[in-house]
This record gives sequence, structure tokens and C-alpha cells, in this order.
Amino acid sequence: ISINGLAQVKHVVLVLSGKGGVGKSTITTELALALVHAGKKVGILDVDLCGPSIPRMLSVGKPEVHQCDAGWVPVYADPQQKLAIMSIGFLLEDSDEAVIWRGPKKTALIGQFVSDVAWGELDILLVDTPPGTSDEHLAVLENLRKHRVDGAVLVTTPQAVSTGDVRREITFCKKTAVKILGIVENMSGFVCPHCSECSNVFSKGGGEELAKLTGSVFLGSVPLDPLLTATLEEGRDFLQAFPESSTYTAISQIVNTVLSSLDA
Amino acid sequence: MADVPIDAPEHCPGTSSDQAGKSSACQGCPNQNICASGAAKAPDPAIEEIRQKLTSVNHKILVLSGKGGVGKSTFSAHLSHALASDDSKEVALLDVDICGPSIPKIMGLEGEQVHQSGSGWSPVYVEDNLAVMSIGFLLSSPDDAVIWRGPKKNGMIKQFLRDVDWGELDYLIVDTPPGTSDEHLSIVQYLSSAGIDGAVIITTPQEVSLQDVRKEIRFCIKVKIPIIGVIENMSGFVCPKCKNTSQIFPPTTGGAQRMCEELNLPLLGSVPLDPRIGKSCDEGKSFLNEVPDSPAAVAYENIVQKIRDYCSSHTTSNNPF
Repeated sequence: ISINGLAQVKHVVLVLSGKGGVGKSTITTELALALVHAGKKVGILDVDLCGPSIPRMLSVGKPEVHQCDAGWVPVYADPQQKLAIMSIGFLLEDSDEAVIWRGPKKTALIGQFVSDVAWGELDILLVDTPPGTSDEHLAVLENLRKHRVDGAVLVTTPQAVSTGDVRREITFCKKTAVKILGIVENMSGFVCPHCSECSNVFSKGGGEELAKLTGSVFLGSVPLDPLLTATLEEGRDFLQAFPESSTYTAISQIVNTVLSSLDA
Repeated sequence: MADVPIDAPEHCPGTSSDQAGKSSACQGCPNQNICASGAAKAPDPAIEEIRQKLTSVNHKILVLSGKGGVGKSTFSAHLSHALASDDSKEVALLDVDICGPSIPKIMGLEGEQVHQSGSGWSPVYVEDNLAVMSIGFLLSSPDDAVIWRGPKKNGMIKQFLRDVDWGELDYLIVDTPPGTSDEHLSIVQYLSSAGIDGAVIITTPQEVSLQDVRKEIRFCIKVKIPIIGVIENMSGFVCPKCKNTSQIFPPTTGGAQRMCEELNLPLLGSVPLDPRIGKSCDEGKSFLNEVPDSPAAVAYENIVQKIRDYCSSHTTSNNPF
């Protein structure tokens, strides 16, 4: 019996960077929550095996992963089961335990995550990735080959040290025929909560320039927002907590653009 | 068992065992043929070659995190600059982030190429006493992607350690990518005879970062790398206009300080967020030269001094861990 956990998944979107610490998991989480608020059924596949951040960001502590006839049952972030998640974080006995695996073992587990999880009916499956262009990324694409990958959202911060790595990730997408849905510039400016002065802590504009340079869509900028960081730390829903914020507006615009490009 | 490879199946008899490659548990293991032929019992000859090559290196320091984007490369670069500011010291910086090599840009060496000579590959010199090696120097375009699986990355790291003509060095700093995977295992394996003085662990204050860093600390303990200490980076931002401090990356679980207390590790220091650091890195300049009076630069210098002190009181040249 072959399990095809992705049979009823309408769209698959990768969240990539190349650079570490730019906000891939953050953007994946916020995109997922925005899509759920828009009435979609969403899944998150977290293939960062060494540093899985998704479980904490969605406050899904240490549930057990069960097996059913159709494969592994994903963990649901909500009682209505609109947001399904799979992460190695759920499989570790001790959350401080290091996953010290070489490529082949990582590749094998990712294969199982892609093919053997019973995702059920989903409008979108978001795949959160670690930085780089290596085993995890190749494993995800190889296993998704039987299914369709709609494309990738690339996340960068504004500075050149970041866009320098993201350029290489863009090459990776071109070589592996993954459509680039667009580039998000995260941590784009910090507005001081005391005096409202905007400081470009990590420079500014690099993401937009990179989009122009590579002929990609610029999805938008998300500011550096301590409220966003704090709510993610606590695993709370930022979009419900702070709907008036400019961060909320930025994320909503990104989601709308991504959705239109998927439906197109 | 010490000789069970990471990718071995559950009942692996061990690579040195008589049953290596032959037991029923070996079926399907990627190492089966190697073990059955007896080759796995012999240690990689490169480890001894690297030990010999690096006898002229006094101190080897790894810069690790577990979490991406916390400032490993930034710190590695500035640690190197600070150590090399003493003209009597010879310093080298080795960048083993194969997929995302940031060091060439941060050191102002983009576009430089590596040369081969009779004694091996020549690193690129920033100053007379500061050498750098990175895969970035082997790529011809800023768009080139290094789409390599683990084994190929491991081979590159072996070459960096064995085939680069480092010469006599007081300090070899190794910048790493985030994680606990091939690159980290390879560095540890290839330096297992040569020895590592210790690791500096970088984190930012928030729990999302600390949770990955704790795993890196476990890794160090498991593979027996001494931990010199932890640095908390991006620790607060002082608004240039109103001078109030904001915790952009809030230490919701007590930050590096609490983690260090819990794990009984030295906190080497905290470095505040300063937009001029990122700007210097983008321009390939040393922040310590550009803005030496800034609180961040002062914090860096204090941390570097602690690392110098640690190295002076530890000698590993004949002491593989």
C-alpha cells in the first residue's frame, strides 16, 4: 500500500532563505496564521531538523505523534484542526537533545515527513526550511517531485551579508525549477516605541533591490517588531493580538499576493 | 559505543568489531560495504595528516551557535581583527559555512581568489598577519550556489584543514554554519588528533534562539569540546534619538545569563545591537576600527580579552581531547 499523504493537498509553498536567522520560521508561522484566519486549511512541514522552531512559535509543546492507517498523524495547533504541523520537535524526548545527524539520516527522515504524514485535505502546505542549499532542501524537493511544488517564498533581511546568501538560494531555485513566488524583506526598520524614530538596524532596501536584480516579485517589507518577537516566544497568535499594527498590515499584504499567485 | 557511526542502524556491532558489515543488523546500512571490507577499522589518514599540518598552530577556536543569524560570522571576523591588531601575532580565519560563506564579504575580500603553490593552497591575506580561507574564494560569481550534500561538504572541510598552507599561527578561528550536522561533525573529526582549545557559543537573548543553542552545547559536551563561554549578541537596542533601550529580541526566559547559570557556563559578555555593525560588515570593514568608542566595540574588546586569557592558560598543542 503506498501512502500518499499529499494526495489532498492543493498547494505546496516552500519558505527558503539561504541565510540563517532572517525570519523563515517567523514568516512561515505568520503566513500560516493569516491563511487560517482567511478560512484556509493549512499545514506546516518543518524540515529544520537541527533547529526546529515551529513547535514553540505555535505553542504546541510536547504532544505525541501517533500513527494511523494513513500514516503519521500531524499535530494540530488548534481544536478546529485548521492548522496541522509536523516537526522533529515533536519526536524528541528531551527538547534540549541535539540531533547530530549527517546528511543521509536527515534525508531519510524528511522523506518520511513528506510522504508518510497523513495531512488530509489542505489548501496549502508550507514547508519551513533550515538555511542553506544542502541535504534538507534536496530531500524535500526529491520527495515532492511526485506532487506539485507551487513555488517558494524567499526571506531576507535588508543587509548585503544576507542578500548575498539569498542570491545563491535564488540560483538553487532556478536549478531545481522551483518557481519564486517572491521575496520578503524582514526586519526592515525598527520604529522606537518611545519616540517613533525609525532606525535601520539591519540596513534597508536590500530585499527590494535583490528582487529587481533577479527579476523576482517583491512581496513586501516586514518591520522589526518586538511585539512580534515576544508573541512568537510565547506561542501566541500575533495577528489576533495586534491587528492594528503596521506589521499586521505588511503580513496581510504578503499573504494576499501569495494567494493570488497560487490561484492564478 | 564509540565506533558506531551516526548513520548506522540500531544494532550496529561497531565498525571495529569482527562482525562489522557482516551481521544481520548491517543490512541496508550505508557503511556496510566499507565495514565488510575492513576499511572502516582504519582511521581516516587525513586526521593524522591534519595533526601534523597544524602543529604550527598554537590555538584553535571554534565559533558555534546552533541558531542561524545570531552573529557567528560577525564575531569570528572581529575576533580575528582584534587578535591580529597585535602585530606580533599570526591569525587565520577559516570559514566552513559551505552553503552560505559570509566571511569574504565581512572581511572586505569579495572577488579574491585562492592560489595554489607547491606547499598547498594559499589563504587570502587581509593584513600581513591575518589570513582567511572560505569556499567563497573558490566561487566565480556571487550567484553561484553550492548545492552539495554532506559527503562533498566534508571533503571540502578536509581539504581546508589539510591542504591550506597556514604556516605558523598563534590563532586559527573557525567560523561555522548553524546546526549540528556534517560540517560540525567533520571539523571535530578532522581535528580530533590536532586538538581544539575550545568553542565560543553565540546566541541572541530570546528563547527561540536559546533552544537551539542548548542543543549546540549538548553537542559540544557529547564530542568533548571545551566551551570557552557564551556571548549574548543583539542584546538591547539604544535608540539614537531618544536614547531609550528597547529589547528587540526579548530575553523572555532570562536570556543567556539564565542559561549560563543553569548550565554552569561562563557568560563572556553581551553585545548591544548597533546598526553600524551591520553596515561595517556589508562594507567589509572592521567595526572595531570604524567606531572604536561605541558600547558594542567596547563589549567586543572585553570579550576578546577573556578569550586571549583563556588561550594563555590552556595549551593543547600536544593534547588531543
